[in-house]
Amino acid sequence: MPALETFLQAIVNGLVLGSFYALIALGYTMIFGVIKLLNFAHGDVYMVGAFVGFGALSLVSGVVGAGWTGLAIAVLISMIAVGFLGVVIQRVAYQPMLSAPRLSILITALAVSLVLQNGALSLTEGSYKAFRTDLGFGGFEFGRLFISHQAIVLVATAAVLMIALEFFVSRTMYGRAMRAVSIDKDMCRLLGINVNRVVAITFLIGSGLAAAAGTMAGAYYGSIWYFMGFLIGLKAFTAAVIGGIGSITGAMLGGLILGLLESFGTQIPFIGSEWKDVFTFAILILVLVFKPTGLLGKSEVERM
Amino acid sequence: MTTSTDRPSNLIDRLYAYFDSPRRQMLLLVGIVLVLAIMPLFMGRYTTTIMTNALLYVVLALGLNIVVGYAGLLDLGYAAFFAVGAYSIGILTVQFDWNFWLAIPPALIAACMAGVIIGGPTLRLRSDYLAIVTLGFGEIVRFGARNLEITGRASGLSNIPEPNLFGYVINSYVDFYYVFLLLAVLAVIASHRLYHSRLGRAWLYVRHDEDAAEAMGINRVRVKLAAYVTGSVFGAIGGIFFSVNLGAISPESFSFEQSVLILMAVILGGMGKIHGVILGAFIIILGPELLRELGELRLLLFAVIMLLIMLMRPSGIWPERRH
Repeated sequence: MPALETFLQAIVNGLVLGSFYALIALGYTMIFGVIKLLNFAHGDVYMVGAFVGFGALSLVSGVVGAGWTGLAIAVLISMIAVGFLGVVIQRVAYQPMLSAPRLSILITALAVSLVLQNGALSLTEGSYKAFRTDLGFGGFEFGRLFISHQAIVLVATAAVLMIALEFFVSRTMYGRAMRAVSIDKDMCRLLGINVNRVVAITFLIGSGLAAAAGTMAGAYYGSIWYFMGFLIGLKAFTAAVIGGIGSITGAMLGGLILGLLESFGTQIPFIGSEWKDVFTFAILILVLVFKPTGLLGKSEVERM
Repeated sequence: MTTSTDRPSNLIDRLYAYFDSPRRQMLLLVGIVLVLAIMPLFMGRYTTTIMTNALLYVVLALGLNIVVGYAGLLDLGYAAFFAVGAYSIGILTVQFDWNFWLAIPPALIAACMAGVIIGGPTLRLRSDYLAIVTLGFGEIVRFGARNLEITGRASGLSNIPEPNLFGYVINSYVDFYYVFLLLAVLAVIASHRLYHSRLGRAWLYVRHDEDAAEAMGINRVRVKLAAYVTGSVFGAIGGIFFSVNLGAISPESFSFEQSVLILMAVILGGMGKIHGVILGAFIIILGPELLRELGELRLLLFAVIMLLIMLMRPSGIWPERRH
């Protein structure tokens, strides 16, 4: 039954794609939650994560090889390094702008995005870098349906990271503080919560998740370049909006929904792969127009 | 805090203070236009072409300035309007053999419609949503141009005929220099008139306090839409003459990078200020020419400057002084 296999293959592809979107969307939604900023630079943080992971893998591959262990270490290094990069960005660029008009902070975020993007462009001379691993191409075959080991590990890793995050946010002290800050920052200050530290931790985690996605995407697709964060950043933002911006569960859900939609969308003959990206933007605009709060988001009034 | 009565300390601020009065500004502008008008006599082909490009950016940046600077809406897909103007002309003159001048009104109508289509449903949204929707819209237009038959797909449209003005064919680089100089002057006048109009004041109120503006009886969605459509008309006019100047257009001329460069021009010089935006447009085009060896570092340098400006001098290089 080729139709069923095509259907299942689309689900597998959609889950892989959706895992990337979800991991990046989490950063958008968390940062938006605590400082109400749409972090334009987030897609580029993902790109930097891919390059740091690439560098880390080349360093450790001499010792442990470029297999699963090497990649796991590269992902960890990238998450930590880029997590701190996120904190630096927040401290240097966003902290001074928090009381400025919204337009100023948006433009600042755009400027950060461009600095990262063009910094990477200058360092890599704009060329693609081959992200070589020794993960092999093994997998499970069911007739014409093929599920690679890589896809399984990737989706599982994303799931573990998301469960860990959910646990952190719902059970730990800083997770509670994070939720409190997203509701009322001033009240949190009065109650003795170190808001600056909570915001820093949010950037640390959000950027770290994007870095994990970046490194895994590099390994999965096999090449990275300076512009890779642009489109996926937009799509992950779409995912965050679909799920309801500010909602962590929503970001995961939105990521998976968008991944599946896109995977199935390309199966429709009329749309085809050349219109794939237009399809995503059309979804974004439709959701924003008809249900700006997304699936799980709360409505809120904009304060300029 | 310095007040406007303080004597500005450094030379540049004193220079700005000197040009603070509207009359001196007008004289400065007239002087600049006169200098620009005689410049082709002394410039070679290469310099003239670069200056033509700078003047095009003045038009585009002034158009975006209405959206970003006047109405306070962040548009990250401004190149889309530029593309709509250019492609409307390209399609009508190349695919349907229309006369260039007859094709201008449909091109402008197309740009207005694009402004309404994208602005209408989204201007009610949060301002950062608007930014991302405009970005998405810009990409949709570029993808559309790349995938449609009528826009010539990835290779674009070529052999766009040169405009014929009462028997005189506008085709030399000097002709186009003057065309763009005229457009830039018209854009400056239009921007100035709009700024001091009832609508311009409404933009100012909406930008500073949307709720208060609405309480004063300003229909904020309609006012924002007006900014959007006006900006799109400026962009389309730039695109219309850009297409006939080059004679060929392709989707990559209207990339996100293009939108960003125009936005940088607006921000570098100072959002909302005509003279600042003109300065910004010239910096964006002439800067890389003066620093040739920069090459790929050009955008990085601009991005860093943009970040520093936002952090240290948010009102731009040549800010408006409060009276």
